Amino acid sequence: MKLLLIILFLFFNESYSVEPDEILENQNLEKMARDIGKKLRCLVCQNEDIESSNADIAKDLRILVRKMLLDGKSKDEIISYIHSRYGDFVLFSPPVRYDTAALWFIPIIFFLLLFYFFFRVKTK
Amino acid sequence: MMKYVFLFLILFGAGFMFYKGLKTDPSVIPSNLISKKVPSFKLNKVSDYPLLDFSDLGNDGQFKIVNFFASWCPPCKVEHPQLMTLSNSFKIFGIAKKDDEQDIEKWLKKDGNPFTKLGVDKDGLSSIQWGVYGLPETFFIDKNGNIIHKQVGPIMKKDLERIKNFLK
Repeated sequence: MKLLLIILFLFFNESYSVEPDEILENQNLEKMARDIGKKLRCLVCQNEDIESSNADIAKDLRILVRKMLLDGKSKDEIISYIHSRYGDFVLFSPPVRYDTAALWFIPIIFFLLLFYFFFRVKTK
Repeated sequence: MMKYVFLFLILFGAGFMFYKGLKTDPSVIPSNLISKKVPSFKLNKVSDYPLLDFSDLGNDGQFKIVNFFASWCPPCKVEHPQLMTLSNSFKIFGIAKKDDEQDIEKWLKKDGNPFTKLGVDKDGLSSIQWGVYGLPETFFIDKNGNIIHKQVGPIMKKDLERIKNFLK
C-alpha cells in the first residue's frame, strides 16, 4: 500500500517553482499561466519548463506571462511574443517549417522503416 | 540491396547530424533578432549619466554596440577593459539588468565608464524584449539600425580584432 502511494505520488506529483507573490488571484488566469508556462522551456536549464525552474530568467518569464494575461492577452499572443524574442529553443514543440521538417518527420520515417523490416522478416 | 541503401542512408544521416552537432555550442542560443530593427525598451536613469533611449539606436549612419551588464556579474568585470578599448572607436550603450543605481555608479567611477549613454532595466522586461537570457550579452548594430550580431558571454581580448573588422 505504501509502495503504491509512493508510486502514485511520483506519477502525479507536479513540481512548481512559482513563488507565492507570483500567483494570480484569479484562479482561471493562474491555471492558464501554468498551462502556458509548461509549454515554454527555461533557456538556461536542462530541459525544464519555466514553471518548474528556479532560474532568474524563468522567474522573469513567469512574471511576464502573468502580466500579459492580466493585460488581456491571449495564450497564443503570449507564446508568440516570447517565441519572437527567443526563437524555437524556447518552445517544447517547435513549429513545423521546412527547416524543422527533419525534426518532425525523421522519427516517423524511421518508425515506418522499422515496421517494414519487422514485418518483412516475419512473413519470410 | 535495398536494405544496404537504407542502412547507408540512416548511418550517413546520423553521422552528418553528429558532425554538425559537434560544431555547435549548446550553451549559446542563436538570437532571433539578427537582421531586425532594435526592439523598443524603457529604462531608468542612473544618477547623472545620460539616459539611453530607444531613439538613440536608430538609423543615424553609425555602428553602435549595446551591452547588457550588471555590477553583480563577475564576467561583466572581466570584459570591462575590452569595452573601454572599444569605446575609443565606437559608441557603446549600456543596459544594466536588475541592478542597483549606486552600485553601478560606484563601479563606473572606479573602473571607468565606456558607455555613451546607459540605463537600468529594473524588472528585467526590457532584457526579455531583447531576448537576453544571461549576462553579459552584447549586440552589434549597423548603420541602418539593424542588429547584425550578438555575443553571448564576455568580450575577451582575442575578440577585439574580430569585432573591429566586422564593424568596419
